[in-house]
Amino acid sequence: MIEGQVFPSVPAGTVTGNRGLVVEEPLLFEQGSVAGSGVDLPEPRDVPDGLGGFRRTTPIGLPGLSEPQVVRHYTRLSQKNYSIDAGFYPLGSCTMKYNPRLNEKLARLSGLGDLHPFQPISTVQGALEMMHSLAVWLMELTGMAGVAMSPAAGAHGELCGIMAIRAAQEAKGNPRKIILVPESAHGTNPASASLCGYSVVAIPATSEGRVDIAALKEKLSDEVAGIMLTNPNTCGLFERDVREIADLVHAAGAFFYMDGANFNALIGRVKVADLGVDAMHINLHKTFSTPHGGGGPGAGPTVLSPALVAFAPLPFVRKTKDAFELVETRAQAGEAAHPFGRMKGFHGQFGVMLRALAYAMSLGKDGLRQTSGDAVLNANYLLARLKDVLTAPFDGPCMHEALFDDGFLKDTGVTTLDFAKALIDEGYHPMTMYFPLVVHGALLMEPTESESKQTLDVFIDTVRGLAAKALAGDADFFHAAPRLTPRRRLDETLAARKPVLRWRPDVAD
Amino acid sequence: MAKVYFSEDHEWISVEGGVGIVGITEYAQEQLGDVVFVELPELGTEVEKGDDVAVVESVKAASEVYSPVSGEIVEINEDLAEAPGLVNQHAEADGWFYKIVLSDETELDDLMNRKDYDAFVEDLD
Repeated sequence: MIEGQVFPSVPAGTVTGNRGLVVEEPLLFEQGSVAGSGVDLPEPRDVPDGLGGFRRTTPIGLPGLSEPQVVRHYTRLSQKNYSIDAGFYPLGSCTMKYNPRLNEKLARLSGLGDLHPFQPISTVQGALEMMHSLAVWLMELTGMAGVAMSPAAGAHGELCGIMAIRAAQEAKGNPRKIILVPESAHGTNPASASLCGYSVVAIPATSEGRVDIAALKEKLSDEVAGIMLTNPNTCGLFERDVREIADLVHAAGAFFYMDGANFNALIGRVKVADLGVDAMHINLHKTFSTPHGGGGPGAGPTVLSPALVAFAPLPFVRKTKDAFELVETRAQAGEAAHPFGRMKGFHGQFGVMLRALAYAMSLGKDGLRQTSGDAVLNANYLLARLKDVLTAPFDGPCMHEALFDDGFLKDTGVTTLDFAKALIDEGYHPMTMYFPLVVHGALLMEPTESESKQTLDVFIDTVRGLAAKALAGDADFFHAAPRLTPRRRLDETLAARKPVLRWRPDVAD
Repeated sequence: MAKVYFSEDHEWISVEGGVGIVGITEYAQEQLGDVVFVELPELGTEVEKGDDVAVVESVKAASEVYSPVSGEIVEINEDLAEAPGLVNQHAEADGWFYKIVLSDETELDDLMNRKDYDAFVEDLD
């Protein structure tokens, strides 16, 4: 790591400092005049304001800007952004797959997009039916008994699952104290367990990158409420012993939460109910292709086993003989149900559910099955064609993502970070770095099923070229990367130690 | 004369007169990269050996620090709040995390001495 070193930008050599159509864009506050106004507002009538002593006496200081100034500002900023629409985005663990335009078109239909959550239930029967249809899809694809649709993100779904587990343990008389989390789990898992009042005990991984069964047996006790297992795990490997893990956990009176963030590798092929799973969230924004990573909200519906389904949170959609109803209260839910509470205002991320339903219905069951096959094939293609130049810590085949460590960079003076920065100059969003923590200097690549062989081949050639450059001793090339971005290497340490979070006119350059 | 011990989780503890000073090792700080934040335990906390007592955040990751011994936290390194970089510069001296009054000195028998720890780290690379 190069402490505190920031390379000056290579001068563009232009009069303006702009690089072609990449414009050096000032902040809105720096372009607009506080005195001016970009729109013609009528003078306010002289009426008493009723604010008394709270009336503001100083100007608010907002810049006056015209519509074209504002539109250009945001368009220019968006042109500096990198997105899945701009190119290959192999950010491991994040499933940056293409977002089909059909989903967007359907979600924008005015009959859906303009609905209000307070509309009378009789006027939103179609919307409730769509939520119900998606729930049926998710139950069918997982084999599970029920699904809580309201969680608004993956980690929110984890929270839902652990809250259901806690409620079920409490109903048995003792919430217990511990949630087991393997080392190869997603980082949000321990946080979710902790938020529910559990202490987290880690289970080490074997040298194969999978859960150590002997260690699991040792840690199981009547104080363990459940386990949170990511499968496929963050090493991109399927936990082969998952059935044995489920049996051991159940025998100890605990529940099995499976982190379903990597369900993209299993969809249409594995019914998780068959693995002994009690709860699993599904990231609609990953597996079902809705925009994420700054492009839109997520959604984390959580499927539940018969042992947990009675504890599902409110609200949920129920199909009656001739209508759909929204169950919002315990009284409505009935005596058999013991909802642990409510997780979100209104009814969940409806717009995300619509896109996910559009995706599922347009691909069909066979199409969804093909996505997982193609995702796994693409990852294995990367692994097979890169493992002679990069170093793979675990033997393949992998699932939906390919994991490498920094062994190939040993003694080159180049780090994983430097390598990632060089990829930016080549026109790629880099892979995930330094995660998972179980391998040294991790590079985690997830191509997803969206990419063609041609795209992968060009990427592979790029990575091979960079690896050759690193081995040839050209460390300076990597340390100086990125060269071609609007800003070059940022000082991450200073940014974290002394973050400047607010713009002020007196500190502006 | 203080005696220094090391854990497999890369903590060091320097013990003298029943009080231990705890920090993370040179190897650990190197692996973490630039440290940007350290969350320390509260004074007076009773901890068990192996409890997570502190969190160290670097530009790469947030990692838990496990107490190598049981006891009561009697002092924390206030300097780390303003200067977390001390952990990088002097991991095994000024970058210490907390002082603990040991409740069971026999727990030290489970830890490594410098020579064994160096060999342990050698094996990891």
